[in-house]
Amino acid sequence: MEQHTTIAVAMSGGVDSSTAAAILAHSGVNAVGLTLHLWDQTRLAGKHGIPDAPKAGRCCSIDDVYDARRVAEDLGIPYYVVNQEERFERDVVRPFVDEYLAGRTPIPCSLCNNHIKFDQLLKTARSIGAEYIATGHYAVNEYDEKRGRWILKRPADLAKDQTYFLFGLTQEQLSRTLFPLGHMTKPEVREAARQHGLRLAEKPDSQEICFIPGGDYKQFLTAYLEEQGERMPETAGELVAASGEVIGKHEGISNFTVGQRKGLGVSSPSPLYVLQIDPASHRVKVGPDAELATRTLRARQMNWISIAGLTGPMRVRAKIRHRHEPAWATLEPAGPDEILATFDEPQRAVTPGQSAVFYDGDEVVGGGWIV
Amino acid sequence: MRRVYCDANATTPLLPEVMEAMRPYLMEDFGNASSIHLQGQRARKAVDGARETLATFFHCREAEVVFNSGGTEGDNTAIFGLVRAGDHLITTAIEHSAVLRAAERVAERGAEVTFVAPRTDGLIDPEEIRRAVRPQTRLISVMLANNETGVLQPVEEIGKIAAEAGALFHIDAVQGAGKVEFDVRRFGCHLCSISAHKMHGPKGVGAMYVRRGTPLDPLIVGGSHERRQRAGTENVPGIVGLGKAAELAMESLADGTVERIAGLRDRLEAGVLRIAGTGVNGAGAPRVANTTNIRFEQVEGEALVIALDLKGVAVSGGSACHSGSTEPSHVLMAMGLDKNAARASLRFSLLRTATEEDVDQVLKVVPEAVGHLRALAPEVAGTLG
Repeated sequence: MEQHTTIAVAMSGGVDSSTAAAILAHSGVNAVGLTLHLWDQTRLAGKHGIPDAPKAGRCCSIDDVYDARRVAEDLGIPYYVVNQEERFERDVVRPFVDEYLAGRTPIPCSLCNNHIKFDQLLKTARSIGAEYIATGHYAVNEYDEKRGRWILKRPADLAKDQTYFLFGLTQEQLSRTLFPLGHMTKPEVREAARQHGLRLAEKPDSQEICFIPGGDYKQFLTAYLEEQGERMPETAGELVAASGEVIGKHEGISNFTVGQRKGLGVSSPSPLYVLQIDPASHRVKVGPDAELATRTLRARQMNWISIAGLTGPMRVRAKIRHRHEPAWATLEPAGPDEILATFDEPQRAVTPGQSAVFYDGDEVVGGGWIV
Repeated sequence: MRRVYCDANATTPLLPEVMEAMRPYLMEDFGNASSIHLQGQRARKAVDGARETLATFFHCREAEVVFNSGGTEGDNTAIFGLVRAGDHLITTAIEHSAVLRAAERVAERGAEVTFVAPRTDGLIDPEEIRRAVRPQTRLISVMLANNETGVLQPVEEIGKIAAEAGALFHIDAVQGAGKVEFDVRRFGCHLCSISAHKMHGPKGVGAMYVRRGTPLDPLIVGGSHERRQRAGTENVPGIVGLGKAAELAMESLADGTVERIAGLRDRLEAGVLRIAGTGVNGAGAPRVANTTNIRFEQVEGEALVIALDLKGVAVSGGSACHSGSTEPSHVLMAMGLDKNAARASLRFSLLRTATEEDVDQVLKVVPEAVGHLRALAPEVAGTLG
């Protein structure tokens, strides 16, 4: 990167983005720190069991903005908080709620990356004179001259791999994005943080969804809908066995996710799992673990990265949730903006609402949303 | 990079004379003004001297000057110190949050509060104040100059209405002090709050005019400082700094400085208005000399503030006390602007020391930055924040 290039670093107040900022600030570019204010952590606090005082380690808490600002001050870079609450609610929170109400299991982090971090943040960056953004994601982003494409790759630290949440990045977005931590392991990042004298080098990682303090999405749905003056839609219905036999009742489909075992409210000699949620009939199909496995999935709203588009069958490894080990599959087109993936081995709990991301070796081929 | 500071309504630097006046009281003359000994007497003399200057500034008696920590304390003291459950308070929708939040607090405690809306040019119509008066009206609180638009409010007429109604009248003069001719007798007010750091004095110190006989309950109690109206060891260096700043402000009103600043502001405003799709909020209303609030259609104000800062021009999207908040300016919204127009508005406020070169620099940087923002992406406009 040339000197005097201005790069906007998305700073969350965590170790990763702070270290990314430190690396850039010391490399001689003009780094500018930006924190996106996405959600008011006090907004639903104390309602329906949501914790009162937001704990540290989540974006948008006052403490995290403070931490990010302190890092920027130490690095001597300009720093601004940019308010994106309205966009975040419209493009991430509301769809998250609607997906659950429709019996699916959404991934807000991917929506946030697609709509906020790599869309609005890039626009904000350009509007303030920064042609590039940098984030603390663990991913590698390289231009391949032969193919004439930007390629997203799994990072050096596979345990921290965040490419699953980044499949929606367009070529334009990738061309303007830096991942300074892509070639580092987490221990190396912490060491770099210490060497740069960052006061938060030992700060614990955050794991939860940033706008759901305490991590209980059901509490959040209840409190959010109440705040909006909406009622939780009536989605109570029957629990049915794979045979079609009604074996119980449930209080609403948003309480379930495919593969869930706990909280079904029925007893059975062998463990039962949620196999399928039918948003129309409100029926939740349950059955033994063996029946959770399926050989195919369909995905829509595809974004392709290493290829321009899928024109015929392609061998890939497919990842169907964050902690899933990618499994061999064959992709084929299945209609406009839709693909069919057929796994070599049946996969457990293919879950509508999650994304399916396809890999060719370390490269992200592309991905879409499981239907 | 040449930096130009155009955010004087947020705060101002000390003038060198202010710094020099304060210096001894931070070090060798460190005494507590309440002490009997020599050190205490030196501090007391300094505070008394500043009080004399402030009495000249306000046009009041020395005994009517109460030193405090600044504008927010003055505003809070006026409202909490006078308005009780059952009382009626009249204020306006465009006050500083130090008044608005205090008014909301007394409303929660059983007072009635009327928030009078401004006209579209930002001016409060005194007749609207008159219409709001009730037999229970205890206090009317209106600002002298609005911090975001600079619009000067008709406090003299409001003072007459208050007198006719038998109500007390407080003026939040934080943004007007030092910028316009100042006379609490002419204003007809019982209370008037000012802050040192808005007029090239130090932060954390201010003063309040309290007309003799006004039944004001102190907000802060403790020792018998300030005739029991404001407890706490006097901030001697701060008070000395405020005194010097008030003295220099009076000089600047007499020596043509204010006219010079008005000329610079007018040139800045005319230059920025040459950019298409711009307009002045509060145009046509009387304004303080140093302030202009300009809306830039199809521009997100927050992004423009950052872009200008990175190019060396410091401005504000509204009140500095609200930066980072979701809501667009309550002042501009009360004037009838929609959310996008309010978010597309920036405040330029010049220091007393501003120069032609400063304005030249602003007029070089702003059109470029606005052009860049507009060229980038029409979809950015009005969607941020």
